[in-house]
Amino acid sequence: MTSTFLPGRRTGPDAAEPPPTAPTSPGRGRRRVLNWLTAVGFQVPALALFGVLVLLPILFAVYASFFRWGGFGMPSDYTGADNFTRLFEDPVFLGDLWRCLVLVVLSLALQLPFALAMAVLLNQKLRGRAVYRMLFFGPYVLSEAITGVLFSMIFAPDEGLADQILGSVGLEGLGGEWFADPSMVMATLFLVMTWKYFGFHMMLYLAGLQSIPAELTEAAIVDGASPWQRFRNVTLPLLAPTLRISVFLSVIGSIQLFDLVWVVTQGGPDHHSETMAVTMFQYGFKRYQVGYASAISVVMFGISLVFALSYQRFVLRRDLQGATTTMRGGGE
Amino acid sequence: MGDPALSRRGFLAASAAAGLGMTALSGCGGDSDGGSSGTTTIEWWNISTTQPTKDVWAGLAKKFEAQNPGVKIKIVQLENDAYKSKMTALTASGKLPDIFHTWGGGVLKQQVDAGLVEDLTGRTEEWAGGLLPVAKEPYLLDEKVYGIPFDIGMIGFWYNKALFKQADIATPPTTWTGFLDAVRKLKTAGITPIALAGKEKWPGMYYWAYLAMRTAGADAVQKASDDKDFTGAAFVEAGRHLDELVALEPFQKGFLGAAYSSPTGQAAAVGNGKAAMELMGQWAPVVQADAGKGLGDDLGFFPFPEVEDGKGAITEVFGGGGGHALRRGAPQAAVDFLKFFASEATDLELVKKTGVIPVVPAAENSVTDPNIKAVQTQLKAATGFQLYLDQAYAPAVGQEVNDSVAALIAGSKSSEQVTESITKTAKEEQ
Repeated sequence: MTSTFLPGRRTGPDAAEPPPTAPTSPGRGRRRVLNWLTAVGFQVPALALFGVLVLLPILFAVYASFFRWGGFGMPSDYTGADNFTRLFEDPVFLGDLWRCLVLVVLSLALQLPFALAMAVLLNQKLRGRAVYRMLFFGPYVLSEAITGVLFSMIFAPDEGLADQILGSVGLEGLGGEWFADPSMVMATLFLVMTWKYFGFHMMLYLAGLQSIPAELTEAAIVDGASPWQRFRNVTLPLLAPTLRISVFLSVIGSIQLFDLVWVVTQGGPDHHSETMAVTMFQYGFKRYQVGYASAISVVMFGISLVFALSYQRFVLRRDLQGATTTMRGGGE
Repeated sequence: MGDPALSRRGFLAASAAAGLGMTALSGCGGDSDGGSSGTTTIEWWNISTTQPTKDVWAGLAKKFEAQNPGVKIKIVQLENDAYKSKMTALTASGKLPDIFHTWGGGVLKQQVDAGLVEDLTGRTEEWAGGLLPVAKEPYLLDEKVYGIPFDIGMIGFWYNKALFKQADIATPPTTWTGFLDAVRKLKTAGITPIALAGKEKWPGMYYWAYLAMRTAGADAVQKASDDKDFTGAAFVEAGRHLDELVALEPFQKGFLGAAYSSPTGQAAAVGNGKAAMELMGQWAPVVQADAGKGLGDDLGFFPFPEVEDGKGAITEVFGGGGGHALRRGAPQAAVDFLKFFASEATDLELVKKTGVIPVVPAAENSVTDPNIKAVQTQLKAATGFQLYLDQAYAPAVGQEVNDSVAALIAGSKSSEQVTESITKTAKEEQ
């Protein structure tokens, strides 16, 4: 985490003045120390909170993952890497990883392009577009639990709204067991996820689209670019930073998916919709094998962290250039 | 501001790990006794947080205080799940409340093994001897009494008499073959034979547990749990019998995704007359009427049928109840309170006002509901008893039973694999 507090860089009339003394003189050095102390002073409360609420629990989970531990008292039965070996031999957990990958791919291949299409559409001059934007964004505001209950009713076999509608237009054959059929549960779940989250990505893209200067599009029109060319060569490149953020959020969200699955299927039928977080919950809070559950959470954390860091390093680097400032750059 | 915000997002990824760690850390904590001079204060921990039970119990505590000057009862009430986790923490810390709620079985045994529970065998003999024997079963460990019951119940089939009649089934089946025949008849008549909450797993476990009791016998089920070996032939056979049932496709459409008490769940399916029966505990009629319309006089009860050539009898019951245990070294007043709570007068009040099944034989006649009476008759004549597996076994083993049996019903695990998975988990837990 880099510093947001920049004592060295000043703006306003002051900044233009040359430093009163040479950088190596004692006065300058004292000021730097003072700046340092101020910076540290401002950061201590945030760092302390971050340490106690985020770092410490992570370290503790890592520690606990090397023990066979029921969750009460301190862990004492050290088992080395046993939990991790067991984890990577567990067909349910390997299935979790596979389902996670499926969700990531589906999200990137279907959900985000759909959101982009809707955003481009709603960026046009369109009667009642504010209403559409609100409607599409609405599901994102609902809590996962409410969404879950709602859709388990809609997709209830026979009695549910989905089957009723299909039945009333003569398409009974398409009605099915939705969440109850092992081969259909992931598709149904993905449908609900798309309903819930595409509005959020659509909003991101809309904001991105609005920041694209109209002159560029106009210039392209003057140059005789077709609508597709304008989209491909003007809109898309300028929207790239937004797309990169949206992909990032979508992947992290897929890795940590829990609430929706828990409410709708609890990972069933027969583990066919289980995610890593659901498996972790089952072991941590149902079976009280907290050591093993910690190992799952550590793997989840590892996957997220590796993804987040490498994504920032390799994909977001360009977006971050110039936004990052360091103490070293201060005052020079 | 782009960068710091992003970094924070990166760290949001840690929330899963952090969340689990936090909860684990919060599990540590203790409780201090509030002592006072002159009077004895007894802490009474229970899970009766709902009405009318809450008020009835508070009233009983007042009555006891009036009868025993110098004794004060401090009631601590916790919701079921909160109580379970609090008690696990207290057990780890080595200090239990004077009087506490218990379901008996594995958890009570853990507390007894830790030396935290008072042996009540001698101190309650004269008045506890007359209580319904099957109700005392869960608290009997190595022939010693560690708890006194106030409620008892069991699992059995709740069926729709009208639908059975429609399918030409004259009397409820008493054998497994007869049961499978009844299922076939119901299917032929176009009626969904059984409602099952596949999503929640535990209702499916009842079938396997009962079949194992019928093929192996209640004693053998107990022995398997003691030996941590469920691979015996009778257990494999139990799974096969369940396979026979599943092969008939007796469950409602989409049962693998169905919940128990939701408006589209198992209880509602029976309560609305859409399925002919369910295997459920004595609370079933209440939930059927709550989630669905309820069957009224059409509702009937029959015990889980016998398996031909099985070692178990139809009179062996699978169930559980509620009771109270005392911490080791609890004052005599706590024992007096248990005696008071197990008296005829108290039990009559509990049966009438809170709807429990009587544990004091003299209170039996106060039951008026014919179905509850049927359950009670079955319980009274019980020749064997098996406590709910999730209470009898360690949590991981109980969950593994649920999980494996759910896989068997979904068709992804064989009968042998079920017994192997359960045995493996049982051996892993110490």
